[in-house]
Amino acid sequence: MNAKQEILNRIRAAGQIPAHDTARDYLCGTEASRSDIIADMVAALEDYTAIVTIVPPAGVGDAIDEMLSEAATVVVPPGLDESWRDAAGRHGRAVRIDDPPLSKADLDATDAVVTASRVGVSLSGTIILDGQPDQGRRAISLVPDTHVIVLDADDIKATVPEAVAIVEEHPLRPTTWIAGPSATSDIELVRVDGVHGPRNLRVIIVDQTLDR
Amino acid sequence: MLDKLKELGSSIGLNPADWSEQDIEEQKLGWYPGHPTPDDPLRWGRTFPEGARETLQNTQMRRNLGYATGKIRTKRNTRVEELPDWEELREAGSLIKRNTLAHLPELLETFEQKVTERGGIVHWARDAAEANEIAYSIIAAKGVDEVVKVKSMATQEINLNSYLEERGIEAWETDLAEMIVQLSHDMPSHIVVPAIHRNRSEVKAIFEARMEGRPRFATNEPRELAMAARAHLRKKFLSAKVAISGANLGVAETGTLAVYESEGNGRMCLTLPETLITVMGIEKIVPSYRDIEVFSQLLPRSATGERMNPYTSFWTGVTEGDGPQEFHLILLDNGRTNVMKDEVGREALKCIRCAACMNICPVYRVSGGHAYNSVYPGPIGAILTPQLLNATDRKDPATSLPFASTLCGACYDVCPVKINIPEILVHLRHTITEANRGGLPNAWDVAMKGTSSVMSSGKKMERAGNAMKAGRLAAGRDRKIGHIPLPVAKEWTGTRDVPAPPATSFRTWWNDEHEETK
Amino acid sequence: MKIALFSTCLNDVMFPQAAQATVRLLERLGHTVAFPREQACCGQMHVNTGYYPEAMPMIRNYVSTFEPVLDGEWDIIVAPSASCTGAIRTQHAMVARTQGDEELATRAERVAAKTVDLPELLIDVLGQADVGAYFPHRVTYHTTCHSLRVTRVGDKPLQLLNHVDGMDFVPLPDADVCCGFGGTFSLKNADVSAAMMSDKMGNIKATGAEILVAGDYSCLMNIAGGLSRTRSGIRAMHLAEVLAGTRDEPWVAPATNTKVGA
Repeated sequence: MNAKQEILNRIRAAGQIPAHDTARDYLCGTEASRSDIIADMVAALEDYTAIVTIVPPAGVGDAIDEMLSEAATVVVPPGLDESWRDAAGRHGRAVRIDDPPLSKADLDATDAVVTASRVGVSLSGTIILDGQPDQGRRAISLVPDTHVIVLDADDIKATVPEAVAIVEEHPLRPTTWIAGPSATSDIELVRVDGVHGPRNLRVIIVDQTLDR
Repeated sequence: MLDKLKELGSSIGLNPADWSEQDIEEQKLGWYPGHPTPDDPLRWGRTFPEGARETLQNTQMRRNLGYATGKIRTKRNTRVEELPDWEELREAGSLIKRNTLAHLPELLETFEQKVTERGGIVHWARDAAEANEIAYSIIAAKGVDEVVKVKSMATQEINLNSYLEERGIEAWETDLAEMIVQLSHDMPSHIVVPAIHRNRSEVKAIFEARMEGRPRFATNEPRELAMAARAHLRKKFLSAKVAISGANLGVAETGTLAVYESEGNGRMCLTLPETLITVMGIEKIVPSYRDIEVFSQLLPRSATGERMNPYTSFWTGVTEGDGPQEFHLILLDNGRTNVMKDEVGREALKCIRCAACMNICPVYRVSGGHAYNSVYPGPIGAILTPQLLNATDRKDPATSLPFASTLCGACYDVCPVKINIPEILVHLRHTITEANRGGLPNAWDVAMKGTSSVMSSGKKMERAGNAMKAGRLAAGRDRKIGHIPLPVAKEWTGTRDVPAPPATSFRTWWNDEHEETK
Repeated sequence: MKIALFSTCLNDVMFPQAAQATVRLLERLGHTVAFPREQACCGQMHVNTGYYPEAMPMIRNYVSTFEPVLDGEWDIIVAPSASCTGAIRTQHAMVARTQGDEELATRAERVAAKTVDLPELLIDVLGQADVGAYFPHRVTYHTTCHSLRVTRVGDKPLQLLNHVDGMDFVPLPDADVCCGFGGTFSLKNADVSAAMMSDKMGNIKATGAEILVAGDYSCLMNIAGGLSRTRSGIRAMHLAEVLAGTRDEPWVAPATNTKVGA
């Protein structure tokens, strides 16, 4: 008998196990206002030592430029908004478009990355990337030391279930949830930021209502 | 005479020569020597009381553990208290995992099908040996002699690193704590913070002695040490062709796998190499993608006391142009189907490996993970290890584990999936007692049987109460009983006095005072 | 109210003062206390050590001794021990069922539903947080594990202590952490038990209290045994003993001169 058959037989031999309906009585939404949700998001991100700014759509370029001030080289996904890409290239910064894909060594020699994002969760300060052309493949947002994320304020949800409902539409996409920069607490539970992933997380929240 | 003593010593698990060696080694190393790799990571060879006798002596470790578990407990409580729906999440988590067990064969088959559809290759392993063999054959086919690893309890459980090492393949642990454990030739003592038993000075000493390039550190600041690990491992991440991971969960309906982590070493392993091998216990399945919303709230708050861990990766099979283009999944039984057989005990399979139970456990806090003589320590280990091993014979050291608890109940209250650990502990004690009936009775069998009759009768209790008065003589003038060098009694009176029995039992007093109610 | 007292076996033969104080307190509050004579032990030690068949006679004896409560012989059963109360409520029926005695299990459930710990009786049943007690001492309180996490007595003991006249109450750090007793755990794992007790004693000593109070003599026997061995000068007492006395009639344990931890 092959291993699969034998394991399945062993499970079945354990007998009938009663099933239960899963009660989902936990919070799946909130009454909080849009401004509260944005404020919570900022507070949660800052608690993780991320640098956060809120700008109108017209201000994204300047914000990107400012967030990248210490970088000399920047990688961007091929589908990133052109005006954002241009902003990344201001002041003589070298912009590397990940098409064709950069080698691992090239990525390692790149200071920063700029990506868009799919959805955020204000309750836990989480930003979710799902690998679409404006976010790129997973490696580009991992190897460079500074990650600048552009997040639309309207994409910030209050709760985890609301965010999962959105990524669930495309469950097969490689999906990365980010909550602050890379960190470890392995030595005496002291939090140290930036072990292997980006040491710096910078978030630009785009608020459409600020232009009006 | 000395030989006699040695003989006596080894008969009760003591070997003074071992201590001397360890003492000398400690002086040489600058840290207390680690626990050697056992043949079976689930059964290191000693009983819990024997293991604890040694760990309790390690005052540095006791101090490190007390400090670290205290800190993580406080963080966890803060983060749990801010969620108004924590109890509802726990209930949902518990029911989801119960449903997983109820439908496991169908869920596993769906899961396999989905992973395969997406270009993944699924393997099934009945036990550790089979899982190791599969992993090795994949790696050997790639012609590499080193692999990078994400912290994984499943691969700890099967001793994969040793298996590979014996065949000339070096497996680099990339989680900082796992790296500390690996460099010090130690075993993990905690399932989330494996080096919780080490402090910063010990880590510094370990890195200076064992890390490639023999770094020197100006301070023992965690930041400086962590940055050395970053530099050391970055080269490995960029060059590795094969990575090995575990998985926190696998979604049956989509074939999606997840790794929850903090450092980014997980993302490195899951993204940069060409080939990824994931080893996952069969109980890690959840039925639907939506279930992610429950565990993504329960796990980080319970494990590290964070609202969300920094990085969580979800992947499904192979994605063209993104990440490893060859993906192998090894589904591991290794005793899990033993656990399923037990109606009460199978609740242990709901475990999501958050370690909240060990952080709160007062027994774990003083004795540490190594005392449990298994890679699964603490309260969950005390119910999981013996069940995975099907251990019921009292000669098996793993049968001491269900007794390694005061049944204080703290573990049940913090468990994010509501595993009633105290109830299962008592149940397993019963199972072990029943399995050993019929042979030569031990002192406990005799005592329990002997007292059963007295303690179920008011009249006999009255006589027993009167007989107790004799103890007043033993107590003497200061009305307390000190050290008694007799079996059982010595265990109690070694550290505690016993008060002299009262002049009259309650029953006698009542009879005198309330005769009319007879 | 007619109250049946389950003294518990440990109180009966080793620490009668807890049961005596319970009687004194309840009679002082105007209730009638009965002591059903056939009572013995709840069987917790046997169950928790894994000896279910050996525990069965004890469970059977408890159920038959206290079953008249269902016919109105008494209004309720009280035990000055959360641990024993917890065993009765969570284990009796379970063990009977495991041993194939469904009839006993059903009866055990009904009797267990009528069994309460002393603070539950005073607060939930009698609605009396202020029992008029007077106790002019510096006291700290260990919330025993089973009162917190099995019977879920919660802060009821503290509500009672808050109303005690003359008392200087000092909170105990890590009061909710186990003292290391755990019944036969303290014998099977004596080293670990001693280490846990040592932590507990450290916290108790840090409060500067002269008396350690708890609602269970099993935990008290453990902690006080250590306090006595180390000559700490801290004494242990049951909650009932603190609540029993009044300004006019202070509590002096009758018929025994046992002091633990002195």
